[in-house]
Amino acid sequence: MSFPYTEEMMESIKKVEATRAARMATEPRRMTAEEKDALLEKYHPDYNLDSFAEIIVGPNKGQKAPKELVELLQANSRVKGMDLDLTNPDYDVDVLVIGGGGAGSSAAIEANEAGANVMIVTKLRIGDANTMMAEGGIQAADKENDSPAQHYLDVMGGGHFANVPELVKKLVCDGPSAVNWLNKLGVLFDKDENGNMITTHGGGTSRKRMHAAADYSGAEIMRVLRDEVQNRNIPVVDFTAAIELIKDTEGKAAGAVLQNMETGEILIARAKCVVIATGGAGRLHYQGFPTSNHYGATADGLVLAYRAGASLLYQDTLQYHPTGVAFPSQIYGALVTEKVRSMGAMFCNAEGEAFMHPLETRDVAASGVIREVARGNGVHTPLRDGIWLDTPMIDAIHGEGTLEKRLPGMLRMYMRYDIDMRKVPIVIYPTLHYQNGGIHITEDGMSDIENLYVAGEAVGGIHGRNRLMGNSLLDIIVFGRNAGQQAGKKCKEVTLAEPTLSHVDSFAAECAEAGIKTDVVSPKVLPDYRRQK
Amino acid sequence: MDEMINVYLYGKKYSVPASLTIMEAFEYSGYQLVRGCGCRNGFCGACATIYRIKGENTLHGCLACSTKVEKDMCVASLPFFPLEKKIYTIEEIKPTQEIMMQLYPEIYACIGCNACTKACTQQLNVMQYIAYAQRAEYEKCAEESFDCVMCGVCSSRCPAGISHPQVALLARRLTGKYIKPEAKHLTQRVGEIADGAFDGAMADIMGKSVDELKEMYNTRVIEK
Repeated sequence: MSFPYTEEMMESIKKVEATRAARMATEPRRMTAEEKDALLEKYHPDYNLDSFAEIIVGPNKGQKAPKELVELLQANSRVKGMDLDLTNPDYDVDVLVIGGGGAGSSAAIEANEAGANVMIVTKLRIGDANTMMAEGGIQAADKENDSPAQHYLDVMGGGHFANVPELVKKLVCDGPSAVNWLNKLGVLFDKDENGNMITTHGGGTSRKRMHAAADYSGAEIMRVLRDEVQNRNIPVVDFTAAIELIKDTEGKAAGAVLQNMETGEILIARAKCVVIATGGAGRLHYQGFPTSNHYGATADGLVLAYRAGASLLYQDTLQYHPTGVAFPSQIYGALVTEKVRSMGAMFCNAEGEAFMHPLETRDVAASGVIREVARGNGVHTPLRDGIWLDTPMIDAIHGEGTLEKRLPGMLRMYMRYDIDMRKVPIVIYPTLHYQNGGIHITEDGMSDIENLYVAGEAVGGIHGRNRLMGNSLLDIIVFGRNAGQQAGKKCKEVTLAEPTLSHVDSFAAECAEAGIKTDVVSPKVLPDYRRQK
Repeated sequence: MDEMINVYLYGKKYSVPASLTIMEAFEYSGYQLVRGCGCRNGFCGACATIYRIKGENTLHGCLACSTKVEKDMCVASLPFFPLEKKIYTIEEIKPTQEIMMQLYPEIYACIGCNACTKACTQQLNVMQYIAYAQRAEYEKCAEESFDCVMCGVCSSRCPAGISHPQVALLARRLTGKYIKPEAKHLTQRVGEIADGAFDGAMADIMGKSVDELKEMYNTRVIEK
């Protein structure tokens, strides 16, 4: 088989092959805490101050955020100038869930279980979400040599001890029951013949606690959750974006203004509790990075909540996944799951040297890759310079056929472009992957606004300043269920006052007062990839 | 500059760079996608697509996000296909042959034409997994169908009206819940946590200062 690599790349592969046997016999050294700090400060994109701006209006005034996010937070409302009647809603429910990914679906299932009248609204389809694309797995401390406290230590260390301790406690203590819940719903986890979960390491884990469903872990979870939402007859209003939150005159969340993505029709939803589960922001392409995120990842929930008065936490920290596709162009920026490294594949530079340990935390690994390329040791490709990920090591370590069985999605993705990753290494470079920060919540899942709950990637604080692999699938289930349970209970005691959008007007007045002049409207809803002529 | 080729999007001719995916070709040609675009990386099935190369008879199924354009490709997208999903309560059903007969009896009307397999965007052996479902071999059906993205192209080609992705999903849920052996260590750990077995250790670690935590973290033993 011939590969679509250049001659120069094929020459470099010979060097990777030449060092393979020696590399397999040794484990690269892990960095010391001091080495990691120095590396992050110099090479992690979060430290690139030019790409951040100061927020000048609202609860996080004076703090930094990526320029693209600041622009959207302080932009014009989509309802500006509209004369809306909020008193005759098109939908009237107990719990309104905004977002149809893993967190939103989990929340809806639990709110339904609690007896609430719940509805999901999503701008694309249910399941068009980053959950669907999570490949590697879900963490939970359920093995004998592991414990919630051990998991807690890994999460805190990975997050640079900036995490909100109470949220981390919930994450790790509810981890095993979250995985159990999924298993009972019929999620097909990888198990041995005795039923034991097959678990591996992720970057920065001290125990093998990564549960997986091949490399379709998130897809498998998402399609089961979606099926369960449908089995429960929970209404899903798809292709409909939430464009503004509605509050009541007492300042409580009271619903949302919706817009049909195809017809443009405006609809009003009244709700006693609202759950924001709108996910991440990869499609804002911070610092010009490509992204592994789905089409709708545009930080809409952050904009809506912020304009309504909810504070954000760690909105200035993003996760760049160390292994995004750097070649070929058709899948540029797509995710190469960390599981590839969990199963033994090492980073190699153009000379075939394993320049760092493959399983450092993601921020450290991404910075290490960026540094190695900046030093001129990267592999030249027709697209951009990157680093080899030595995938043939996987079958060499675990036996022929392993890669095909445990990483079928990865193999298929590359085979579509005639690259057989069992035979040749692949070229990677960091890709914008995850929004570490988001809307501030307390343990009950509620934001600063009464009856406004948040779950999933839209939340800030659980992962501190860097998330570990497998803790996002865990967090959407733990905090998605939690938000649904809490909202399902709380809605029974809510009496709504008059609905209002006055917060939108006052936020606009504040922006004007601060001298902000902009034509931008937000939430962004979808990116625009049309060719600019 | 890339080589340019002609493609036909819904029958209309556009000239696009040959390196693009079908999805990128739509965007290059000026379409702002709403439907027919989801994860953009082959996992969600939103961009189901059917195409023919001009002058050829073979009809191909693919995902627009993961398929390169070809010269004279005539493309129709299938952003929605009405799959028939039956409602059931997972806690109440059992992995018996009756459940499949009851919920999806049309699978027994399969005429063996194999159009589903030929159309599959994931190159799965769709007809084979339906055969497993007919025989209540759910574990085999689950394994054979595991990479299904539920795009629905198979069902669009089926003369028997089978909703293959829904059949496979039922088989997978039955397998995951009832057929695969229980993870006893998981059940046990859930019980231990509920009984408060880790409350002390959690209170202890949460009481540590950041410096103490750092020390613990930097010296922790990592399982080999």
